[in-house]
Amino acid sequence: MSILVLAEHHDGQLAEATAHVVAAGRAIGGDIDVLVAGENVGAVAEAAADLEGVARVRVADHAVYAHQLAEPLGELLVALADDYTHVLAAASTTGKNVMPRLAALKDVSQISEIIAVESADTFKRPIYAGNAIATVQSEDSLKVITVRATAFDAVSSGASADVEAVDTVVDNALSSFVGEELAQSDRPELGAAKVVISGGRGMGNGENFKLLDGIADKLGAAIGASRAAVDAGFVPNDMQVGQTGKIVAPELYIAVGISGAIQHLAGMKDSKVIVAINKDEEAPIFQVADYGLVADLFEALPELEQKL
Amino acid sequence: MKVLVAVKRVIDYNVKIRVKPDHSDVDLTNVKMAMNPFCEIAVEEAVRLKEAGTATEVVAVTVGPKAAQEQLRTALALGADRAIHVQTDERVESLGAAKVLAKVVEEEQPDLVILGKQAIDSDNNQTGQMLAALTGRAQGTFASELKVEDSKLTVTREIDGGLQTLSLALPAVVTTDLRLNEPRYAKLPDIMKAKKKPLDTKTPEELGVEIAGKLKLVGVEPPAERQGGVKVGSVDELVDKLKNEAKVIS
Repeated sequence: MSILVLAEHHDGQLAEATAHVVAAGRAIGGDIDVLVAGENVGAVAEAAADLEGVARVRVADHAVYAHQLAEPLGELLVALADDYTHVLAAASTTGKNVMPRLAALKDVSQISEIIAVESADTFKRPIYAGNAIATVQSEDSLKVITVRATAFDAVSSGASADVEAVDTVVDNALSSFVGEELAQSDRPELGAAKVVISGGRGMGNGENFKLLDGIADKLGAAIGASRAAVDAGFVPNDMQVGQTGKIVAPELYIAVGISGAIQHLAGMKDSKVIVAINKDEEAPIFQVADYGLVADLFEALPELEQKL
Repeated sequence: MKVLVAVKRVIDYNVKIRVKPDHSDVDLTNVKMAMNPFCEIAVEEAVRLKEAGTATEVVAVTVGPKAAQEQLRTALALGADRAIHVQTDERVESLGAAKVLAKVVEEEQPDLVILGKQAIDSDNNQTGQMLAALTGRAQGTFASELKVEDSKLTVTREIDGGLQTLSLALPAVVTTDLRLNEPRYAKLPDIMKAKKKPLDTKTPEELGVEIAGKLKLVGVEPPAERQGGVKVGSVDELVDKLKNEAKVIS
């Protein structure tokens, strides 16, 4: 078995998700190479070489791979895939964008967002917003897979894999980068945070999300939101937790003013401990919450902040 | 320009699903079905492009069983001009669907194909990307805004850190995110009119596509149940439990 892991990186930094995807690769077994594609990604390659279990880091550093657009990145992966039995990426927006392109170009199926490795060709993945777990077996010679990072523990660092350049350069006449608007935050990344506190429609407005700030500061938590809160314009969409937003599995998830719709639960029900604060005693969120507090959040939140 | 929209018939998003007792699959007998919510957004966007004078024709397409014609009729009622039903009773994976759609694209030559970013049953999030790859077109996935200008398409995408804007060469493939638009409801007169709109039926064999893939569904099981929790009476008790019982805060 030989496995290629597509490194996840942003702003010249290796994303935490990569260490989780390498762990999924180790569960499959075999030699693991990491591909770092982008522009000016030397530091990313060094960080990837540091991950336990990585045999080799391959670096495609070229302007055409800047912003990791799907068209050139897909071509690059196609050019490299013949050396491997498995190609893995995090089920991030980058992985979801490019991996099906690779799969189609190699005429194989793609297995999305695996949560467990049964064997080198058999995997578990959630379907129907996480309300069922499917076991799928791939008879394709090449397995193209995205990995739910929260389902695998990160590998440790401290190794030193070889780093080598990949000279493959492809053309891209199809797409070009225009710009981006990234949400600024000093808090931990939502997908990797140990503690997440999320607000829903019950927060009432965007201004009230400030009530979560003090608690998040004290707990070192990331702040999330339900779709209702995003759609109502309270907070930007990259804070959304759920089937259509981010999947999180922190040690502690605090849901405030969130009813607990199926789509929201899909994004957080694998959290270790779930706390719900809601004034509606019948809210479905209480069925999955380890600790439920039936209370008005406008009274409970300031009190919680003060007592932490 | 011509716009092709792909729609899928799926279990209604409000339904609490059941796994079959033999764990072979999810039980879909006598369950309410509907158009996949992301596909509704795709139809809405295509119809808006037509209303804005950008699109001249909107063609809806689906791959699936006979009953999926209901979802095509819905698309027609929402404003699509005609529909294509590629009928099959086989289980269709993303790659098979993308291959069928690639054939339809070859025949229809649309300037833009719009799909939902994922179906809420399989949660794959693959078909649009695969279709773009198979037809050699640019892709704008997870779109929250679309602008057509001359022979270019400007797409704003929802990415993990925020938003990203790309310029794509047309023809292109776009997949919709939830915030692209708010789909309209079909009015009764439009539902009546939709019954008279053209709906072609084809089979994958006629299109020369082999839809069977090499992915085998071994089994389906319900997820692990969470233990029922406790209600606490006060914030003090909550903090105490989190510190001393769950030990998740210090």
